[in-house]
Amino acid sequence: MKITITGGGTVGCALAERLSSEGHDIIVVDVNPAVLSSLPDTLDVMTVEGNSASLEVLKSAGVADADLMIATANADEINILSCIAAKKLGCPHTIARVRNPEYTQQLMFLKEELGLSLSVNPELAAAQEIYRLIQFPSFLKRDSFNKGRVELVEFALSAGSVLVGKKLSEVSAVIGPRALICAVERGEEVFIPKGSFELAADDKITVTAARKELAALIKRLELVKQKIHSVLIIGGSRIAEYLTEELLRSGVNVKIIDRDLGRCEFLSQKFPNALIIHGDAARRGFLESEGIAATDAVITLTGLDEENLIISKYATYVGVPKVITKMKRTEFSHLFENRDIGSLVCPKELTVNEITRYVRAMANSGPGSLRALHRIVDGKAEALEFTAQPAEYIGVPISQLHIKPEMLIACIWRRNSLIIPKGDDLIQVGDILIVVTSADRTVSELQDIFEKNPLI
Amino acid sequence: MNTKLIGNYVGKILLILSVSMVPAFMIALFAGEETAAWSFFATIALSAAASVLLTRIRPKTKSLYSREGFVIVALSWVSLSILGALPFYLSSSIPRFVDALFETVSGFTTTGATILPEVENLPMSILYWRSFTHLLGGMGVLVFLLALAPQDGAGAPMHILRAESAGPTVGKLAPKLRRTARILYLIYIGMTLLELVVLLIGGMPFFDALTTALGTAGTGGFSIRNSSIADYSPFCQSAVAVFMFLFAINFNMYYCILLGDIRSVWKNSELRAYLLIVLIATGAITISTLTRFASVGEAIHHSFFQVSSIVSTTGFATLDYNGWPEFAHAILIILMFIGGCAGSTGGGMKVSRIVILIKSLGYEMDKLIHPHRVTSLRLDGRNIVADGTIRQIHVYFFFYFFILIISTLLLSLEGFSFKTNFSAVLACLNNIGPGMDLVGPACNYSFFSIPAKLLLILNMLIGRLEIFPILLLFAPSTWKRRS
Repeated sequence: MKITITGGGTVGCALAERLSSEGHDIIVVDVNPAVLSSLPDTLDVMTVEGNSASLEVLKSAGVADADLMIATANADEINILSCIAAKKLGCPHTIARVRNPEYTQQLMFLKEELGLSLSVNPELAAAQEIYRLIQFPSFLKRDSFNKGRVELVEFALSAGSVLVGKKLSEVSAVIGPRALICAVERGEEVFIPKGSFELAADDKITVTAARKELAALIKRLELVKQKIHSVLIIGGSRIAEYLTEELLRSGVNVKIIDRDLGRCEFLSQKFPNALIIHGDAARRGFLESEGIAATDAVITLTGLDEENLIISKYATYVGVPKVITKMKRTEFSHLFENRDIGSLVCPKELTVNEITRYVRAMANSGPGSLRALHRIVDGKAEALEFTAQPAEYIGVPISQLHIKPEMLIACIWRRNSLIIPKGDDLIQVGDILIVVTSADRTVSELQDIFEKNPLI
Repeated sequence: MNTKLIGNYVGKILLILSVSMVPAFMIALFAGEETAAWSFFATIALSAAASVLLTRIRPKTKSLYSREGFVIVALSWVSLSILGALPFYLSSSIPRFVDALFETVSGFTTTGATILPEVENLPMSILYWRSFTHLLGGMGVLVFLLALAPQDGAGAPMHILRAESAGPTVGKLAPKLRRTARILYLIYIGMTLLELVVLLIGGMPFFDALTTALGTAGTGGFSIRNSSIADYSPFCQSAVAVFMFLFAINFNMYYCILLGDIRSVWKNSELRAYLLIVLIATGAITISTLTRFASVGEAIHHSFFQVSSIVSTTGFATLDYNGWPEFAHAILIILMFIGGCAGSTGGGMKVSRIVILIKSLGYEMDKLIHPHRVTSLRLDGRNIVADGTIRQIHVYFFFYFFILIISTLLLSLEGFSFKTNFSAVLACLNNIGPGMDLVGPACNYSFFSIPAKLLLILNMLIGRLEIFPILLLFAPSTWKRRS
């Protein structure tokens, strides 16, 4: 597909990288020639210099023939304007990044008039992800499927865990028949494990289970379970704004520290029930005086990754049970252990996933196309959601199907209940399937997980 | 330095070489040229074996930076030249290896300078291979590889395209590098076939038409006749002149025409300058040589042919211009400097560099009068040339003259006339072929000593790859582990 991306910032570049590696033709538009000059050296993309909201520039970037335009420039207004222009030029699909909370409602209201196929808000997505983690603090990462009914959760095995030393074929006795270990991360390596795989301490495992089973799962695994009543947010960014709204609604005490007085005043007016503190959170004494050790959760949301890492590490050091770190860039995230910095949230990654899902579904508007996509285990594997449509593989026992290596049907949601498929289970029309694959294959429809001839 | 990746790339290039030698081998078989067939077979086998060994190297990472890009291009060309020379040497068509190497490098770099006093009695397959090297070298063998190779991941091979293509800046025609390379090759091969058809219509024998078309496409200039193009009909000569002129135009222009974007073609500063140069040069030479021809028409015909041949850096000839007046020689020497357009198969400094250089001259003059004036240099009516590009062109200009002067100095040790030495270096560095005086169109390079030939070989490679890849190949800092 031909895709034009406007804005060569972090999100724009990450999208260009992902989509170009999936084989699409990418043209990146940016006003700043310095951003563009080095781009073709590292990515197989073409670049056009200019204001992405100008018709002339969009034309020369071939938007008229493009299948999709993704607007990720800095200003929301420019993105919206670019999308309107692109639609007029005949580009059938447009995606805009719109970040200002004040526009969120408007966008739902005006989506059709503006010609937007999708609007993405990385900060809102990040806030939602953080909120989901706060709900179940035992997990490092939590992705939901099928409107939140099915969950994929990640947690690290401590040395004393009941699972350590167990073979995968034996664990169902511990985690129950309605949960499945679908990916294991050990050091730099990721496994989509078979029955003979033996778990070890420090493995990070990803488990799929129904939402209603999560509490039971935590109990069976003897994970630390502590409800979060108070949250300390470092940095009053937009993510903090979205998150505070959610947290206050569910009755959690929120304390926000920001070093900008104006921002503090704004937040205190918007959230009279939250405690807004003006000060430099990078000062140890200040954090101590604000009682960092006594909070249930610390979330670092400042604009500097380094600051977030240091404060998170300090929070873990003083014994805060749940720490969540926001990072803008994740190239070096594997250098940090989760036990030091807690859960990692990357708004860029979330946006890229959402758009990648949209693009893959677009490339394949036929039946069985992709409903959701999450990157799991440090981006090394993907979890995908599909609806089963009439096809060759329907009604055949799974043991009789030719599934490609490194692919796993993790679970099937059928008639309001979760099935962990065994060899003699069948896929039926209308089933919702969650599939886990290694990230180096592009899967955009259910057919892709089977070999050319799906039947043995 | 990712040496494993470099080895892998060179291996792939050798595979392309061995496959592209197969038609020559077939011709040798059908024509019953036994020694030539054996020599092709041996080279194909050797090159394929080397390719298998090299491509078995699995690079740990596929990361490729500009340093690797330059080295891949330089090493590929060197190994291509050495292996490409083997058929000439093994079949004893050219008994001395240095001569065979000279002929091959001259072919791949599309110079067209020959050391053969007598070409007409060479085996057909050898003549075909000699002309075919022009086609392979013209657009670039690595660009061909990029057109074929499946895209693995990142777009880093851009460094290769940049190192092998001609001109100050290299842009993509399509978002995917592979497609860009394919478009270039499709235009290239399409135009070559068109010329073949036109020459056949003009009544040229098939083998002559094929080798002439191959020689024109890469703007090379190897001919299978001792008299170059002189014995063919005026129609065929004119057709060759027009195609030489066309192959020295930036291929992006043809792509724009195919897309129906006539405006960009019309607005292109380089194309305008190129047309103007050809027009003025043809006019001036016509006037200065008018008395030597029977009619004005004939004068224009021969002047245009020679101008087109030199400016496109092809080097075909319809007559020996050594007898022309000095004024005409001076113009031809200026044309040798200029060369074709960027992004074409032509050599030389490239018209776009000259345009930018002259414009930057005006810009600097302006700065002397108004030291605080802020301006920018524009091309094509709107595109602003970055300061970095202007600086690179100045550096290129300096290196170009530096190499030219040093080479002329070294060649002077041979004891021939200054005009011979200077034009020989100029003809090799700009990938033209014939020079003036002793290396004029009716002569050849066989009389130079071995060191002189090696120097000229180096000049041809430096000229074709636009100086830096070959220079960096010899720079110690390229090979340092930590730098």
